Amino acid sequence: MGTLWNNYRYLILRRVTQISLLVLYFGANAWGWKILMGNLSSSRFLNFVPMSDPYAALQMLAAGAVLGADLLIGVGVITLFYLLIGGRAFCSWVCPVNIITDTANFLRRKLEINRIQGKQPATRDMRYWILALSLIISAIMGVAAFEFISPISMVHRGIVFGLGFGWAAMLIIFLFDLFVLKDGWCGHICPLGGFYSLLGKFSFLRVHHNEANCTLCMKCKNVCPEHQVLHMVGKESLPVLSGECTNCARCIEVCDDDALEFSIRKLAQNKKTGE
Amino acid sequence: MKKQPLSDRRKFILNMARGVGLASLGGFVWSAYVDEVTASTLLLRPPGAIKEDDFLKTCIKCGLCVLACPFDTLLLAKPGDNKPLGTPYFVPREIPCYMCPEIPCVPVCPTGALDESSVTTNGKLDINIADMGVAVIDSQNCIAFWGIQCDACYRACPLLGEAITIEYSKNERTGKHAFMKPVIQNDICTGCGLCEKACVTEKAAIFVLPREVALGKAGDYYIKGWDKSDEKRLENATSQTTTTDISKESAVDSLNNDMKDLY
Repeated sequence: MGTLWNNYRYLILRRVTQISLLVLYFGANAWGWKILMGNLSSSRFLNFVPMSDPYAALQMLAAGAVLGADLLIGVGVITLFYLLIGGRAFCSWVCPVNIITDTANFLRRKLEINRIQGKQPATRDMRYWILALSLIISAIMGVAAFEFISPISMVHRGIVFGLGFGWAAMLIIFLFDLFVLKDGWCGHICPLGGFYSLLGKFSFLRVHHNEANCTLCMKCKNVCPEHQVLHMVGKESLPVLSGECTNCARCIEVCDDDALEFSIRKLAQNKKTGE
Repeated sequence: MKKQPLSDRRKFILNMARGVGLASLGGFVWSAYVDEVTASTLLLRPPGAIKEDDFLKTCIKCGLCVLACPFDTLLLAKPGDNKPLGTPYFVPREIPCYMCPEIPCVPVCPTGALDESSVTTNGKLDINIADMGVAVIDSQNCIAFWGIQCDACYRACPLLGEAITIEYSKNERTGKHAFMKPVIQNDICTGCGLCEKACVTEKAAIFVLPREVALGKAGDYYIKGWDKSDEKRLENATSQTTTTDISKESAVDSLNNDMKDLY
């Protein structure tokens, strides 16, 4: 039991966080709870603190919308929060699509689909191109372009306000990640993930690698949904500084040798490594 | 013949071309989709909603207006509803807007897609000036126009006697009865849809449409000369002169040349 907790503690905490947030949002619509009202695009915490998706606001700005004060405060709150704890913490601790893509990735490993499809036919930089494209289309079409196709909002809004055909969006992402591209949606395409990668470049909460303890088992790289961020494993003792790290902490819990641990980013060290 | 390995320069150019091509492909598909899904015009928005084009830009699809509505009138468009995804709307025949005096759905809007100032008079919220749409009557299927007495819509109207008035006229068919025909006052109707909900016919003979869909526009060529306030429209009037085969010369010349240019 102790090892189970040790090997899955962050995964369990993440699922608990993701599902509790969903339940709180759902309760606001179903039973009139006032803890978290709205959805991931924009919401109110305790019917007071506004929170808004900064990427959605950016698209609205590109589309030429006049942004209200509540929205700007909400954007400020969320931006500040993820600036501190790591932008893509949203992806692994809040986003409901993460549950779908993690399941696909898990099945991929168990069914050994990775062994018949070793080479990834797409670049992970695609998300930044899609991010840029979304802003261009927003400007040309005069609407927040990604918000009209975003499976994240579709799934989350669906769970809170009624799903409709939203289950199809879930299934498409699941099948895509399982059969077409490993970490396809979250690791390659999602421009919201790309946006939070850029935002999270400067955050304080980091995974730190201690090379002295590493036995080169590579379990961490195997389980990591953004394995390129672990380039230092077995080579150098360094913090994971890439904004693409989702702070999901799977690497920490699969490591049997205490070679990976959360730490607060040391500013002095950053100067030394030039980051 | 043995193939030469590609030079770095060629690789770079090919990769650039591939990137541009893929971005255009994705961009066009994406734009086309967005254009299609935002094209729905037969949608009734919550009170205080700004112009549809601006609304689509500004609404962040959070659903706070839906949560605030005590009557569950407002819905968020789901995939499969064939409406702009995630935006709020209502279907009056199912649940109309009950025009709460405190308008809870409007002040909660974080983006200003629902504009408080558009439903405020003298610093107070005023639902009676809301503009969600306008009711339209199908006079062929409204039974009051047949001569049967029915004033369901008139009685249901929250602006009783103002937004819907009753017009009396003689029923020539019987010679001794009256028609009591409902008439919509377009400038007063808020489009709440209580009349549509109340209508007794199988499919409502009075129904709410967005104002831009339901109403015509006289334009600057027609002015009520007897109405001082209508005459003011002339101040901003625009005109457009076109030249055709008939009008390229003066009218007199056109008549004097045996109207040859007409044939």
